[in-house]
Amino acid sequence: MDFNLSEDHEILSNTLRRFLSDNTSVEGRNESAFDAPYHSPDLWMALCELGIAGAFVSEDQGGFGGSAQDIAVIFEELGGALCVEPALGTLMAARLLAEAGREDIVEQLIAGEARAALAVYEPELACALTPMATVAAEQGGGWVLTGRKSAIYGAPGARYLVVAAKTGAGIGLFLLEDPQIIAAAMADGGGIGELVLDNTPAERLSDIAGPELEQALDLGRIALCAEAVGAMSSLVDMTVDYLNQRKQFGKALSSFQALQHRVVDMQMELEQCRSILISAVAHYGTPEAPRHVSMAKNLVGRAGRKIAEDSIQLHGGIGMTWEYPGTHFAKRLVMIDHQLGDQSDHLMRIMSGTAA
Amino acid sequence: MDLEFSADELAFRVSVRAFLTENLPEDIAGKVRASKELTREDYLRWQAILNAQGWLAATWEQEYGGPGWNAVQRHIFAEECALSGAPRMPPFGLAMLGPVLIKYGTEEQKQTLLPRILEGTDWWCQGFSEPGAGSDLASLKARAERDGDDYIVNGQKTWTTLGQYANKIFCLVRTSATAKPQGGISFLLVDLDTPGVEMRPIRLIDGGHEVNEVFFTDARVPVSNLVGEENQGWAIAKYLLTHERTNIAGVGFSMMDMARYRKLAAGITRDGRPLAEHPVFAARAAEIETDLEALRITNLRMLAAAQGGSAGGMGSSILKLKGTQVRQEIQDLYRSALGPHAAPLASDLSENELSVPVEAARAAPAYFLNRKQSIFGGSNEIQRNIVAKEMFRE
Ligand SMILES: Cc1cc2nc3c(=O)[nH]c(=O)nc-3n(C[C@H](O)[C@H](O)[C@H](O)COP(=O)(O)OP(=O)(O)OC[C@H]3O[C@@H](n4cnc5c(N)ncnc54)[C@H](O)[C@@H]3O)c2cc1C
Repeated sequence: MDFNLSEDHEILSNTLRRFLSDNTSVEGRNESAFDAPYHSPDLWMALCELGIAGAFVSEDQGGFGGSAQDIAVIFEELGGALCVEPALGTLMAARLLAEAGREDIVEQLIAGEARAALAVYEPELACALTPMATVAAEQGGGWVLTGRKSAIYGAPGARYLVVAAKTGAGIGLFLLEDPQIIAAAMADGGGIGELVLDNTPAERLSDIAGPELEQALDLGRIALCAEAVGAMSSLVDMTVDYLNQRKQFGKALSSFQALQHRVVDMQMELEQCRSILISAVAHYGTPEAPRHVSMAKNLVGRAGRKIAEDSIQLHGGIGMTWEYPGTHFAKRLVMIDHQLGDQSDHLMRIMSGTAA
Repeated sequence: MDLEFSADELAFRVSVRAFLTENLPEDIAGKVRASKELTREDYLRWQAILNAQGWLAATWEQEYGGPGWNAVQRHIFAEECALSGAPRMPPFGLAMLGPVLIKYGTEEQKQTLLPRILEGTDWWCQGFSEPGAGSDLASLKARAERDGDDYIVNGQKTWTTLGQYANKIFCLVRTSATAKPQGGISFLLVDLDTPGVEMRPIRLIDGGHEVNEVFFTDARVPVSNLVGEENQGWAIAKYLLTHERTNIAGVGFSMMDMARYRKLAAGITRDGRPLAEHPVFAARAAEIETDLEALRITNLRMLAAAQGGSAGGMGSSILKLKGTQVRQEIQDLYRSALGPHAAPLASDLSENELSVPVEAARAAPAYFLNRKQSIFGGSNEIQRNIVAKEMFRE
């Protein structure tokens, strides 16, 4: 048994951590996170130069990484620094494009020359792939798509969209270039989009992509859980620091046992999340993966809310202000639960026993 | 044991409901239901309607323009208002300063200031908290030094709710250094346009502007603006904070929020099933409703005790604790119900192009903002300390 990171992962994690701490701040993040394009293109380019998009796909598909552990290491660092760059959409789209043999596009993604996002969920679809309403039909030798896609993370500014739609054979994947989207900021910052399709011509990537799609989504879920673990860890540290420094009734808040116990509970939840994430990473690629990924997403959803709420509470009024960086970590933790299926959806998947 | 209201009380409820149906402007109720910010004008419009009816200052004696209600009537009124989507009127003038002036004010202060509160000529805000004095309010540092017929005020107040709408602020200031910090505090009324008073906005977690900080630099305030005696401020503040506790549990607000959740859940489909039939959501909603029903009865028990003159003690702390827990839980349920649609921020709520229901577009920001419920008004930890002290005293 060995729970240490490999030397390569240690280096990856340290490099990224140093880069993010030298080059980013929560204030800087917030300046770009709420207005189009909802991130900093310069920072994204710098991250790509550092190789993070390359680490999303395997060597035989043109990248230089691609394991679930690579993804977890990267996203934990992104979460720890509250980085709002569109890594999630790029990750899932890059995986599916690589599967479909579109190395020409994957190359652009790795180099940071273009971005891509994945359009799978719909107004009435939050975590499952059925019943999908968006349909693909053959028309004049090509394909057209009709329906509505929502919750497309990283869509604003993406040149490519990978779109899931129902075909006669199952669920297929299609490619849209320079899509027209409805763009918005997320409540915690970052870009999200919706897409209205009305006989919109698209290029077919594959007819039956159900399993690949589920795998890409599960990897996205692992990424979100790792991001949450990074954010939790930062937020617990900030809470400890604040309680040490803030004085009321003539002594540091950290001297009140009632508050110490609350922080201990936060730390306990964080340790549990780390563990369930390790389990999800270890099972990725096995038939057991969906169940373990759902366990991770469920636990991270519950613990994320608790840590977010307790950290706000223990900071008092300061924890409610926009100016305080911890506030934004707390918001991120709560909103992660809304992405790629929430704690209830994943609880259902665990209970159904199939989770596939 | 009788859980029912009396025939008179029920008739009162019917009359309140009829009044609200007739008079509450739909545009204002719509904003309240969608958790949108209300403008100063929205508040004042509703205030004028209530004032014309004589129902504005629920806790004031009749001779000062109050309706002369007992605790049960006040409870029914507050509950009906919440259920109908009426705005929660800012408490600072009506529920806080008014009763303080009635008990501690000079005749002159009562005659001039109380009518101005009712008419909306004065909008008061509350200057108690300071950066260094939150839970430990008695450690406050803002000071007022006597100079002839004036006090010279220096220091800083913070978290001043809706100060941007206000023209006046009531403050706790230090007027003498005593061994016990509570001893040297006075209750002072200050015009916000006094030279040397400056207000700056604080942006909150949801991006909105609801609170402010207020700076005092050699601001000259007439001694006649003192309420009560010099150094009597702490007793006055305690009276103010414990005065009106019947609505502290916010049962009416929770009932309205729960109804709003039910409506949303009935209209949303997730992964092939109506959200209302989603087992996890259905179970959670049922549990919260159970808590809420128990809270409703707890609230009535405290109310009956108050009517019978045996109120007090830990009761109001327990109502505040459980009341905020239930309210915050419902906010969480409502946000969660939206699933992925809680994430995007609709820029124009009335006609957003996103597939989030217009009335629910502020679910996530409103959930975040409502974390304040367990922080202000004596934080939930401080409430627990109060209850513990009572339970474990020798
Ligand atoms: C949105 C909002 C609006 C407000 N409006 C007003 C207003 O209009 N006017 C006004 O004067 N004030 C207002 N307040 C201030 C509010 O009353 C204070 O925030 C509150 O008293 C807590 O003080 P603090 O923020 O300094 O937190 P702190 O006192 O620093 O507390 C931080 C944490 O420590 C806990 N804690 C503190 N002491 C103890 C202890 N002895 N034992 C256990 N735990 C403890 C607290 O519960 C909290 O969790 C407002 C606050 C907010 C957030």
